[in-house]
Amino acid sequence: MTDPNTTLSHLDLAELATHEKPFLDANELVINMGPQHPATHGVLRVILRLDGEKVLGLECVIGYLHRGVEKIGEHRTYTMFNPYVDRMDYVAAVSNGLGYCETVEKLLNVEAPPRAQHVRVILTELNRIASHQLWLGTHALDIGAITPLFYTFRDREEILKIYEKYCGARLTTHAFRIGGLQYETYTGFEKEVKKFLNFFRPKIDEYEELLTTNRIWVERTKNVGAISAEDCIALGVTGPVLRASGVKWDLRKAQPYANYKNFDFDIPIGENGDTYDRYLVRMAEMRQSVRIIEQAVDALPEGPIMAKVPKVMKPPAGEVYHSIEAPKGELGYFIVSDGSTQPYRVRVRPPSFVNLQALDLMCRGELVADVIAVIGTLDIVLGEVDR
Amino acid sequence: MHEIIQYISSYLTSDKTPGAAGNMFWVLVYIMLVFAGLSVAVIAMNWLERKILAHMQVRLGPMRVGPHGLLQPIADAIKLLLKEDIVPSEADGFVFWMAPLIVVLAAFTVFVVVPFGPTHAITDMNIGILFMLGVSSLSVLGIVMAGWASNSHYPLMGALRSSAQMVSYEIAMGLAVVSAVMMTSLNASGTGTLSMIGIVQAQQAQGMWFIFKFFPLGLIAFFIFAVAMVAETNRAPFDLAEAESELTAGFHTEYSGFRWSLFFLAEYSAMIAVSSIAVTLWLGGWLRPFPNFLNGAPWDQAFCFIPGITFLFLAAMCFYNTMRMPKHPLFRVQTIGLAGFGVVLGLIGLVLFVPAVSVRVQDIFWFSTKVAGFMYVYIWFRGTFPRYRFDQLMQLGWKVLLPMGLGVLILTATVGLWPLIQQTIWHP
Repeated sequence: MTDPNTTLSHLDLAELATHEKPFLDANELVINMGPQHPATHGVLRVILRLDGEKVLGLECVIGYLHRGVEKIGEHRTYTMFNPYVDRMDYVAAVSNGLGYCETVEKLLNVEAPPRAQHVRVILTELNRIASHQLWLGTHALDIGAITPLFYTFRDREEILKIYEKYCGARLTTHAFRIGGLQYETYTGFEKEVKKFLNFFRPKIDEYEELLTTNRIWVERTKNVGAISAEDCIALGVTGPVLRASGVKWDLRKAQPYANYKNFDFDIPIGENGDTYDRYLVRMAEMRQSVRIIEQAVDALPEGPIMAKVPKVMKPPAGEVYHSIEAPKGELGYFIVSDGSTQPYRVRVRPPSFVNLQALDLMCRGELVADVIAVIGTLDIVLGEVDR
Repeated sequence: MHEIIQYISSYLTSDKTPGAAGNMFWVLVYIMLVFAGLSVAVIAMNWLERKILAHMQVRLGPMRVGPHGLLQPIADAIKLLLKEDIVPSEADGFVFWMAPLIVVLAAFTVFVVVPFGPTHAITDMNIGILFMLGVSSLSVLGIVMAGWASNSHYPLMGALRSSAQMVSYEIAMGLAVVSAVMMTSLNASGTGTLSMIGIVQAQQAQGMWFIFKFFPLGLIAFFIFAVAMVAETNRAPFDLAEAESELTAGFHTEYSGFRWSLFFLAEYSAMIAVSSIAVTLWLGGWLRPFPNFLNGAPWDQAFCFIPGITFLFLAAMCFYNTMRMPKHPLFRVQTIGLAGFGVVLGLIGLVLFVPAVSVRVQDIFWFSTKVAGFMYVYIWFRGTFPRYRFDQLMQLGWKVLLPMGLGVLILTATVGLWPLIQQTIWHP
């Protein structure tokens, strides 16, 4: 890997820092995009500096959805904080829960039993598919294709139904507990998941048929918002955005957690790091997720679903960092314990927040319409950016 | 009194448009008919667009207001009329007020020359097609005014995009139109026509719709026009001017209530207008399909029945759906309403079987059917295509359509003059 300090090739940090620069030049148009805007995926506010339609630079203003999740963590016990993490990336709540539970398990030095691990993998990968479906629908909608949104939502519904049957909730599932699972899978769980996989496989082809070779789609996404691998690493960008730039970095393989090392899957990567490659990478990831779920369902072991965890958790004093590959990138939790029932500090490393930093770099010199495409392709969730 | 009645009834046997015949009474009637018909068409289009898009997108669309949401557009219209009329405090009041008027005026005025049949047009102008192109491009003025008067960034950008787009696509559009107009001159006298009715009559006389003329030249010209007309009306995939995900609503972001609905009305009637141009120029206007393969009196007679049969079929669909309505007291009014709608359609269908009526009216039916086909394609485009980016749109207009249009124009001229060239060069 290259040295991150030398690589911010066309990102001039000094220029970024000087807001005293003559902002209202005669040729410049300053547009405030958001926080109420149909395409900023929630309440992101982007201040655009434009020359005609060309973007000279932009600045993100965040915090409109700040709920102080990290601070709340300091006032709840380890168990009580678990449902709160679902509310960060609300379209991938299961991944958030997995990251948190595994971090606390690491702190407590327990490990979830194999059956629980398998079910966790199944539900998390289903969640990855659901998250990518939502991304695909909204991303296509931003670029003007309104129909894929409805197709993806129709198919996402099947995943949500499985969640609903498993734990009663559809979105903020709170599916996992520290040490394993609260609920045993319902009767016919394996069959239903398999049914979904068989249903879903042709659906990916259906999405691709609408977009992958669509001339307008290719024109709108190829060479748009390209970012090099060096810049990605320098900015800490992770997830599909990093992989589309050609870096084969997936925490499921690089630092296997849960029991991902038991499953056989590929890491799809792109070449150019443009919007089209990110699209292809995510589509391929959905296919890989299907593969993982299939293996996990086939090999679902019998056994307990909960490890021996004390009712009142008092992890030994210390600190731990654990990260997982959430649908949007590296989701890390840093928990400091002072030996009491409540964490001393919970720090979340959200993928959306870090990935959003690349927006300015990716959008410079592009057109206004590309800003929308790039925001969509970064796949940010403002609940996670602001926390 | 007698004279007045005679003045009115004399037109019924005439074979000219009321404007050309100079019959003021019928001119007024036709103006009102066109205005009412256009408003109904826009309302129907609104409902159809939502329904068709919905069915393409695996959902139902409006279902609550009236049977199958048939009254939804009317409910929307009432809502829009009752809404508060907001004029932004920083807006230029007069221009803000004028802009929707200009757009609507331009969109409706073009229908003066649209030939629904050889006798069914408000008037026939010898510069008909020129008038249509000229007046319909006036609407860009209203859009620029709307964007400027709103005194806000998004509308301004929307207006700039829209005007640049309309101006550049008009050129390709004009070239395609010229090649069709040139085809009208290929008759014995060698004189062409710009009259909308004359163009259709030329297709009748040459026994060929211009889309098939000099295959594939007519087809290419039609294709250029079809692309340009979608861009001209700011519809998907060229709807950058009102790109919802980029510019919220483009030039009409600051408009609400009735003023907004005027823009809506203008957009849809402009779509109908450009589709009428395409139908007139390339698809034989009011002429019935298959004039060459299925010709002769029996076939003429058979095609006379199609309008009636179509309406009866629609009525039958209504009755079928009446049976499928949920048997629940709550749905009683809707079921009766749907049956009533079916009865109305059925009666129209029966009236269309009267020979005197069907001969006079079937032109309108064929013309409207062809235009409706275009409307469906518009909706289809919207359901399938992503949106072009501004520079790509300009590239398509200037670098692809314009050279293509020029090439088609030159080739059409060459092919059209070929017999003459042959005569003068090889057999002087």
